[in-house]
Parts: sequence; structure tokens; C-alpha cells
Amino acid sequence: MAQDLNQIDERLEATCWELLQEVKDPEIPVISMVEMGMIHRVQAEGGIVKVEVLPTFVGCPALEIMKKNITEKLAEAEGIEEVKVDFIYDPAWTSDRIALEARDKLRSFGIAPPPFNYKPGDSWEVKCPYCDSPFTQIENLFGPAACRSILYCRHCKNPFEALKPIY
Amino acid sequence: MADRVLIETAEQAKQNQEYAQALADLLFQLADDDFILAYRGSEWLGLAPHIEEDVAFSSMSQDMMGHAVMFYEMLESLGLGKADDIAQLREAKDFRNAILVERKNGAGEYNDNPHYDWAYAIVRSYVYGLYKQVRLEALQQSTYVPLAQVSRKMMTEHRYHLMHWQVWLNQLANSTKDARQRLEAAIAKVWQDAGELSDLGPSKEQIVRFGLIAGEEILRQKWLAKTREIFQSAGLNWPGEPGTASERGRAGEHTADLEQAVATLSEVYRIDPAASW
Repeated sequence: MAQDLNQIDERLEATCWELLQEVKDPEIPVISMVEMGMIHRVQAEGGIVKVEVLPTFVGCPALEIMKKNITEKLAEAEGIEEVKVDFIYDPAWTSDRIALEARDKLRSFGIAPPPFNYKPGDSWEVKCPYCDSPFTQIENLFGPAACRSILYCRHCKNPFEALKPIY
Repeated sequence: MADRVLIETAEQAKQNQEYAQALADLLFQLADDDFILAYRGSEWLGLAPHIEEDVAFSSMSQDMMGHAVMFYEMLESLGLGKADDIAQLREAKDFRNAILVERKNGAGEYNDNPHYDWAYAIVRSYVYGLYKQVRLEALQQSTYVPLAQVSRKMMTEHRYHLMHWQVWLNQLANSTKDARQRLEAAIAKVWQDAGELSDLGPSKEQIVRFGLIAGEEILRQKWLAKTREIFQSAGLNWPGEPGTASERGRAGEHTADLEQAVATLSEVYRIDPAASW
């Protein structure tokens, strides 16, 4: 019997992960929170699901929206009675957590992905998400969201955004 | 260092009243420094030198406000009231921020002829930011594990603030004579208060004894060495030992500037603290 319950919990967790693929980052609607590397853990126990989320930025104003979106999405699953969303800071979210396939989606949305495996002191060279030219310049480290900067491509003359390396 | 035992949760911290008290005293300093300086930063909205700066400055103020929220929430978990109430319903005398962060941005009021001092904004934000960096690094070793964890996260954001202010400092230092003079005047003004930043307040002994953060002198020397290096690379004269204001913010003594700040920032909240936002 105990084993059956365990299996139910595991199945529920798998369902939750699938559903979470549909919960998008409120500020970047082409990417799911799973692809952003923000979902740390999903634990189901007897109909109660606990989701641990790693915020990209401590003061991100979208956190409450994310919480609401996660709760509403998971409530769709059969067998879920309660959803608990906790924001945790260990491990810390870093931009290396963004899935590789999500990086192409970011480009298609006009946002240059952050460099992979960035180390303090490395120079931050950003290729234009439209024309792939490295001939770009930073216009403002701070963009429309805390996690993004504003750049300009001197080759194709498009302004674009880039996700900051967070490490 | 006999007392260096890692404390994992608020519940665990509360089992030792002396520890919880020292932790709360430190958290008030951390929270109030970020909160009040973020408020002063928010008062620049629409007044910064250009629109890109408006975006950048508000973004940094938002980050700092977010950091303050984290610290206030830790105080809440220690049983000191709701985070929003702690932030907005205390009187000025209950704040533990350093005097440097409460000073007004310049002459006038936000809604009434603001003649703010941009050089002062740069120097204050940068000098405070350099201290905050040293403090966040030191907090990585804190015996209070939740504090070490959020500090690690804050550093990923804070490094961009430092980059931003460094650009401004270097540009003004190597620009026109007028810019240079204003910058030097701002440094002199910031320097009158800056010495209090590393003050850990009346309970500093307990704070250090419980391993919550490194001692004042370590923090101060690291911060001064880094600041000196930055001033030097910008070609600025070293102003010497920083002074302290006649009030001691860390002990709850404040200027009228803080009363004005608290009254303004909490005006709406105080109308109806039960309202849901």
C-alpha cells in the first residue's frame, strides 16, 4: 500500500513537471520557468504539491505573478488538493541554469542569451540576436527588467536586449 | 570563535534569545541601509540626467528595495512583526541605518523645486555600494545560514550596481573642471558621514561573538582599501580617514531628513495598514 502511494506521488510529480513547462516567464513569454532553470524541486505528498522556485533577482516584481501562475496551472492536475510555492535562495539561480534549447528561443524573441560558464573578470561579448554580428555595444546595463540590458547592433542597426550573466 | 555554531532556521535562532537579539540588531542595520538609500534613489525618478539613467537608477533602487524586503522578512520570521509593518510603521528613532543613507538628495523637495546634487548621488551610491560589497562578502561566512544564502544571491545583482557607478565616477573625474569640482565637493560631503558605515551598533560585541559577521575593523579596512584603489584609478585625491556625523544612526539617533523620508514613504500605508496591495 505504501508503495502504491509512493507511485501516485511520483506520477503526480511528473505531471506537475509537464504542466510547469506551460508556465511561462511573465517577462519573457517564449520561455517556460522550467527552461529558465527556475524550478528547483517539485515534491508531491498525498495531494499536496510543494514547488521550490529560484528567483532570478531578489526584488523581481514578477515573483507574485509567477506564484499565482504556478498555483493556477498545477490546480488543473487531477489529484492535487493544494499547491505550495516557496522561493528559495540555495542554490542561487545563475544564468548557467538556462536550458540550451531555451537559448535559441531567447534569440528568436530578440534577446541575446547570457554567455555560458561565465567567470568573474571575463569580458561580456554579445552577439546580435538578429544578425549574429559581434559588432554590438551596450547602451544601458539596466533594461526593462532587472535581468536584462539594452544593446545596439552596429551592423544591422537594431536595438536589442541581452540577459545579463548572473553568476 | 567558540560560539561559531551554524544556525539553519529562524526557529533554531529563537532558541537562544541572545543570538536572536544580536541577529535582529544586525538585520535592522542591513535592511534599513538598503531601504532608505533605495528610497532616496527612488526620489531621483524623472530627475536623473537622462532617460537611460532614469531606467538604470530605478532598476538599482528596485534591487535594493528587494534586498531590504528579504532582511525585513527575516525579521518577521524572528517574530518581530509583519515585514511591511516593520518597514513602514516604525518611527525614525527605531531605524538603524547609517546617517549617510538618509541625507536628502540636495536642495528642495521632490515635488517642490528639487535641485538635487547628481555628483552626491554618484559618490554616495558608490561609496555605500563598495561597503555593501565588503559586507555581503563577509556575510557569506555568517553563522546564520539563511543570511549567508541571500547575501550570495544579492552579490550577483550588486556587482552590476558597482559597475554602473564606477563608469560615472571615472567619467566625471576625467571630464570638465566643473564636473571635477562637483565630484570633489560630493566626496567631501559623503566623507563627513561615511565612517559610520562599518559601525555595527551598540550590540557589536554580541554580533561578532556569535559569528554573524566579521568585526568592524576588518570590514572597515577592506572597504577603505578597495575605495582607495578606485579613487586612485580615477585620478582622485584620497580624502583620508572618513568622519562620522554627530548623530549615530546605528544607535537610533537620526536627522530630520530621516523623519521626512519615513513620513513620506509610509504616508499611504499608514492610511490603512490592513489594505491589501
